Amino acid sequence: MPKPKYYGAGFPYRKITDLPGKLIVLEGPDGVGRSTQSQLLRHWLEDEGFAVSDTGLRRSEMTQKGLNEAKKGHTLSRITMSLFYATDFADRLENQIIPALQAGFIVLSDRYFYSIMARDIVRGADPDWARNIYGFALKPDLVLYLKADIMDLVSRLIHGRGLNYWEAGMDIHPLENLYDSFIHYQSDLSLLFEQIAKDYGFITVDAGQPVMDVFADLQDEIRNLLEDYQPIIDEDF
Amino acid sequence: MLRKNSTPGKLIIVEGIDGSGKSTQIDLLYKWLQAQGRSVYFSEWNSSSLVKSTTKRAKKRKLFTPSTFSLLQATDFADRWENRILPMLKAGVIVLADRYAFTAFGRDVARDVDRGWVRNLYSFALQPDIALYFRVPLDIAVNRITSARAKLKFYEAGMDLQLSESRVESFKLFQERILNEYDKMVEEFGLTVIDGTLTVQTQQRLVREIVHQELEGWEGLPIPEGSPHVLLQEVINSGKGDA
Repeated sequence: MPKPKYYGAGFPYRKITDLPGKLIVLEGPDGVGRSTQSQLLRHWLEDEGFAVSDTGLRRSEMTQKGLNEAKKGHTLSRITMSLFYATDFADRLENQIIPALQAGFIVLSDRYFYSIMARDIVRGADPDWARNIYGFALKPDLVLYLKADIMDLVSRLIHGRGLNYWEAGMDIHPLENLYDSFIHYQSDLSLLFEQIAKDYGFITVDAGQPVMDVFADLQDEIRNLLEDYQPIIDEDF
Repeated sequence: MLRKNSTPGKLIIVEGIDGSGKSTQIDLLYKWLQAQGRSVYFSEWNSSSLVKSTTKRAKKRKLFTPSTFSLLQATDFADRWENRILPMLKAGVIVLADRYAFTAFGRDVARDVDRGWVRNLYSFALQPDIALYFRVPLDIAVNRITSARAKLKFYEAGMDLQLSESRVESFKLFQERILNEYDKMVEEFGLTVIDGTLTVQTQQRLVREIVHQELEGWEGLPIPEGSPHVLLQEVINSGKGDA
C-alpha cells in the first residue's frame, strides 16, 4: 500500500504519502476462530521473515479503560456506544496501525471497523450514518472473512469460553434467554455481513473446515498479496 | 441541516467563541425561566460522566488527534443526548444547552477535520428551536479570557495545531479559525446573532424577548403542585449510578 486510500475524507490534517507495510484484516463472527487463525498467521509470517504487528478491537491506550467501565454498567446507549467504539478504532488506526504500516510492518488486524458498523446497524443505527463515521478509515490491502454456520459457532463457544451477554446481543433482546438471543443476534449479524462483504469486497473463507484447512486457505490468499513484497529480515543475516 | 424538533419540549442553545459571554447569558435565562415556574433542564458541553475519565487521561497524556478529539466529544454529546436531553424534550421540558453541535463544527473544522464528516457525526441531533450565536470581535474575546485566566490549557489554546509557540498567540489563531466557521454557520443553520459587545443587561433583554416569543401559547411539562423546588439535574442524576 504505497499510497494510502480511504473510505472517505481520511485525515485531512495529516498527509500520509507512503505506507510501505500491508494491512490484512480478519473478520468474522464471535467463536469463528479468528484469534486462533491470527496466531497461526503471525507465527507463519514471522517464520517467513516478515515483521508482524497485531491489533484488535477495544485495545486503544486512550479508551480501553473507559470503555470497559462503561460496558459494566447499563449506561451505554446506542449512539453513545457507536461513537465510543469509533473513538477507540480511530485511536488505534492513527496511533498503532498507521505508524506500523509506515515502518513497513504487516499489520494483522483481528476485526476492523466493519464489525463495529455491523453491530451499530443491527442495533438500529442509520446505515449511512454508521458507514460515514468511518470515512477516515484506511482501506485494507486484504480483508479475509471467516464464515461459518451458526451451529458451528454455538458448538465452539459452548465447548470453549461460553456464551456471553454482549456476543448474544442480550442488550437488544433482554427478555430472551442467552441461547435464543445469541441465535437471533448472530443470524441478524450474519445476514448483514453478507451484504457488507459484497459492498467492501471481502474474500470469504469457509471457516467450517478443520482449523489447518482454514489456515491453508488464508495462507493462499496472503501469499498472493505478498508476491512481490520483500521480507524485512534478509536471509544473509 | 438538522432535523426539526417535533418533540413537545423546547430546545434553546447558545454558541460563541470562548469569552463571548454566552454562559453568563444562558445562566441568566435559566434563572428567569425557573422563576416563571417552567420545567427547565440545563446541559453543558463536555460534561458526561461516562467519558470523563477518558477525556482526562487523553488530555493529560496529550493522546488526542483531531479525529479522536472530535469523536470523543461526539460520544460525550451522544451520552447527554440519549440519556438527558432527548428524554427531557420528550417529556415537554425546556432544555438549555451551553454549546451544541455547532461547537464541534467550529472547533473540529478549525483542527482541519472534514466538514461533512463531523456534520454526519451529529446528524442524530435536532435543530434547536432557538440557536443564539454571541458574536464578538476576536480581540475582545481574547482579552476577556487571557485577563481572567492564569494560564490557557494545551488543547484550549489549540497548541496541538502547532500554530505558534506562544499559548496566547496560538489561542488567538485558533479562535480566529473558529470565528470564521461560526460566521459560515449563521446561514447554514439559521443561528440568531446577538451582538456580544452590548451590555449584559441589553443582551439579556434581547434574549428574553426572543424566548418569550417562542414560548407564547406553549405549555410544556407542568411542575406538580406543592412539589419542592428541586433542580432537574439532581432528579435525573440520582436515578443512575454515575455519581
